[in-house]
Amino acid sequence: MAIKEMEQDIVRPPQPPGLVKWIKENLFSSVFNSILTVLLFPTILYLLYLVIIWVLFGANWKAVSQFPLLFAIGQYPRDQIWRVGFVFSGFMFMLGISWGRWSGLLRSIALAAGSFLLLIAVLPVQNPQLDMTMRIYLGSTILITLVGYLIGNKTRLKNAFIIAGWFVIPIVGVVLLAGFENSERIPVVHTTLWGGLLVTFLLAAGGIVLSFPLGVALAFGRRSSLPVVSGFSTVFIEGIRGVPLVTLLFMFSIILALFLPVESRIDRLVRALMAVTVFSAAYSAENIRGGLQAVPLGQIEAAKALGMGNFKTTVFIVLPQALRAVLPAIAGQFIALFKDTTLVVIIGINDFLGIGRSIINSDPEFVQMRTEVYIFMAVVYWIFSYMMSLASRRIESTMGIESNL
Amino acid sequence: MTPQKSDTTAIPFYRDERILKIIAQIVSTVVIFGFLIWAVINFLKAADARNMELSFGFLKEAAGFPISNPPIDYEPSMTYGRAFIVGLVNTLLISGVGIVTATIVGTLVALARLSSNWLLSRMALVFIEFHRNIPLLVLLFIWYFVVFSFVPPVKESLVWPGPIFINKRGVYISWPRLTDSGSTFLVLSIIGIIAAIILYIILRKRRKNTGKNTYYTPISIGLILIFSVAGWFLSGGSPFQMDIPFLKGFNYQGGLRLTPEFAGMYLSLSLYTAAFIAEVVRGGIQAVNKGQIEAARAVGLNQMQVLSLVVMPQALRIIIPPMISQYLNLTKNSSLALAIGFQEVFAVGKTTINQAGRAVPVFALIMITYLSLSLLTSFILNIYNRRIQFVVR
Amino acid sequence: MSEEPIIHCSGVHKWFDEFHALRGIDMDVYEGEVIVIFGPSGSGKSTFIRTINRLEEHQQGDISVDGIELSHDVRNIELIRMETGMVFQQFNLFPHLSVIQNITLAPIWVRNWPKEKAEDKAMELLTLVGIPEQALKFPGNLSGGQQQRVAIARALAMEPKIMLFDEPTSALDPEMIKEVLDAMIDLAKSGMTMIVVTHEMGFAREVADRMYFFDEGLIVETGTPDEIYNNPQEDRTKLFLSQILQH
Repeated sequence: MAIKEMEQDIVRPPQPPGLVKWIKENLFSSVFNSILTVLLFPTILYLLYLVIIWVLFGANWKAVSQFPLLFAIGQYPRDQIWRVGFVFSGFMFMLGISWGRWSGLLRSIALAAGSFLLLIAVLPVQNPQLDMTMRIYLGSTILITLVGYLIGNKTRLKNAFIIAGWFVIPIVGVVLLAGFENSERIPVVHTTLWGGLLVTFLLAAGGIVLSFPLGVALAFGRRSSLPVVSGFSTVFIEGIRGVPLVTLLFMFSIILALFLPVESRIDRLVRALMAVTVFSAAYSAENIRGGLQAVPLGQIEAAKALGMGNFKTTVFIVLPQALRAVLPAIAGQFIALFKDTTLVVIIGINDFLGIGRSIINSDPEFVQMRTEVYIFMAVVYWIFSYMMSLASRRIESTMGIESNL
Repeated sequence: MTPQKSDTTAIPFYRDERILKIIAQIVSTVVIFGFLIWAVINFLKAADARNMELSFGFLKEAAGFPISNPPIDYEPSMTYGRAFIVGLVNTLLISGVGIVTATIVGTLVALARLSSNWLLSRMALVFIEFHRNIPLLVLLFIWYFVVFSFVPPVKESLVWPGPIFINKRGVYISWPRLTDSGSTFLVLSIIGIIAAIILYIILRKRRKNTGKNTYYTPISIGLILIFSVAGWFLSGGSPFQMDIPFLKGFNYQGGLRLTPEFAGMYLSLSLYTAAFIAEVVRGGIQAVNKGQIEAARAVGLNQMQVLSLVVMPQALRIIIPPMISQYLNLTKNSSLALAIGFQEVFAVGKTTINQAGRAVPVFALIMITYLSLSLLTSFILNIYNRRIQFVVR
Repeated sequence: MSEEPIIHCSGVHKWFDEFHALRGIDMDVYEGEVIVIFGPSGSGKSTFIRTINRLEEHQQGDISVDGIELSHDVRNIELIRMETGMVFQQFNLFPHLSVIQNITLAPIWVRNWPKEKAEDKAMELLTLVGIPEQALKFPGNLSGGQQQRVAIARALAMEPKIMLFDEPTSALDPEMIKEVLDAMIDLAKSGMTMIVVTHEMGFAREVADRMYFFDEGLIVETGTPDEIYNNPQEDRTKLFLSQILQH
């Protein structure tokens, strides 16, 4: 190993090649580490072997593979399924446009979603729910996304229109999914029939979009110089943070009605959404308040000295800095919210997890396959929330924010 | 030129900041109180229309529902109040053991994560990322429905060293129970431990004051050993009797029984929280400035002293506040036990609502319980923060 | 100066991965000498003094301090660290300890002094650096200059034979530089062996016995302050001096 050097003084002492050096430094740097490595390595290999064998040969994925539509949209009437498809395509179209315009993270999301759809569309399996119509639909959705990309990239469509589109699509989407009374073509589909990933996404996205402004409002409320406002905000925030989400879900599903006029009736899914929103808002409010406190007084003074009023100072100077500072915490809160949507199964809403449970309970044969079903659900949830955390890390690094945790 | 003067006297009221502030006060008060009063009126109307009972009198009525494996005495003939307390004890119990386990596991995982061994560090990372990115409820279902579905029936119980018997009905652990003479041992051991702690503090201080080695660590450990050995012999060599579970009929008797519900909830809650605690601990240790360690090395402290005198005191200040909020999260998350039928406070409350109606008082009770737990926690946290805060430039 | 050098370095090389930070440094320092090292940033001057007390490991060459060979022997490393005090650019005071605790920490736990003796010594040193009244405060409540003077006292408390200063005034506001330099000048005049990485040329002129100019990991030039200032031999030294002496 010792290579004699020609010029002792300027040539570096002999270094093992890269890989050997890496192994030495990371696996065998001390006696203790060497023993650890020798013990761990075969254990990990063996565990991996067991997992792979089980996934490929031991497991029976029938309960998972038989019901792709159920997992996706629950009991939504199959003859009305075009409405879901329409809304989904609308979202993919908007995603395409935004990808074309802003690229970056949106590009990764669009590409990931697109390749996933493509994979399903060409999956060489026989499945009654994955028939030719469905495959064609998936294919055309990919096309729609690409058309969106071209529009976003090549045309001079105003940014304001794209942002407006993001507001319009969800509203139109929810209305379309819910349907109209007395309509032949688009009859009402009651939310008890909604389910699966559709509900999970609806609750998560709705919760995120609604809880954020509420959180900002509560954060400012708590800092307000008006005692009534700050008192109310404080009690609200601390009261909600002090109890588990399950309590709120039950409160909203059982007790909320008592505090509203008798004639008002709020849909059960909306009540769940309200609970999730309020819960998340209280946590976001505390995060945002932390960010507001971190904005140096000098910034506010500088803005005022430039002639900005209170409102403009807040909107253009204070809030952006505060949000930037606490972005990691807010992203973490959104991931938590996504995971927390699973709790709605406890009040009987069939979200993704709920569908899994009802499939298991629907047939004694499937009870035997619950391992496969739960593992599948864990993997799906894991992928989505891991992608969310990757996305937040990417935003943080492009914005130059350092997160400690 | 005196336009200034005339202007100040003639500010229209909608531009006078003093008046604007007062108006804002009035408007906010009216809006918020108006909203609250509106809600209360609605509520009173609804309560009237449905003839709702709002008092807590029902707590004295017989509950009538069973609670499996209650931690304190409980019969269905006892009151709702008693049932509620059983649930509260269950909540505190599972939170208590969960907190201890999560702290130990979390700290170990954090240390593994910081290890210079790549394999170990990656394994810790996998543990953390796995638990942080799946919902607790899914984890709970996996432990309760999946892992426990591989557990054999009573007749073919798994036997682990201990012995611990594991079967469909739960985990039965051999548990040392105090014999009549055992109290001597226990009392002496406790005295030994207290004496050792006191001596440790005194001797360490003495070491600090005089600079002479006082062997405080070996002396304290020795003291504990001497007292417990003495206690052992004084109690006739048998302070404990192992309560070993045994098969009787269709079930095991004796030992410490963990129901599958408790075990599933305990494991998922502890491991889930451990992943978050691991990140808290790792963050705290890494947050200690590298310059601090260099300075400590430069004045000649050895590896252990650097850790115990410089790194840990600083890391703990960073770690403890988020750690306590994780403890609070764990306690609140224990309410998910409802989903698998473990009777903690929330589940008992829900059963009560189903049986006796009275949603409002029961919810009030549940919320007061959780709120007082979290207010207590933040109170302790505030005291701690005020005591330990140091100014960092 | 016929006796043995207290610090002896010969052929010291140091690499950070592929970067060759020190390319064969030879230096002998005798007891009571004050050495000033200066040079552009990235020239290896900080790295060099950090190798002397093993905050950085050198890969080639010999270093010995007070007759102790700096090797992989942990005991030797600890002995050398007891003999050398170090003052950092960023002070690195322990924020969780009061000023007096910062100073007495190492004497109590490394030198095994009684607490009282350590505290007496600490107060003596604080008086020396001019801030005895700050003893019970925490570092966060002190100004930068005060913190750096505490850091000097902390290093002196171990009664080291050698003091290493790694750009001690670079992180300070201008009005605080003087109070720190005054403390260092007093120390130099008391006969302490010192190696100082600094660009404070006034300080160098007043107390330095020899100066070393570092560039790209090499000693480019060495000499008395008089020689360096008035008659630099190398072009690089002239250029650098003209840049820092302009104002």
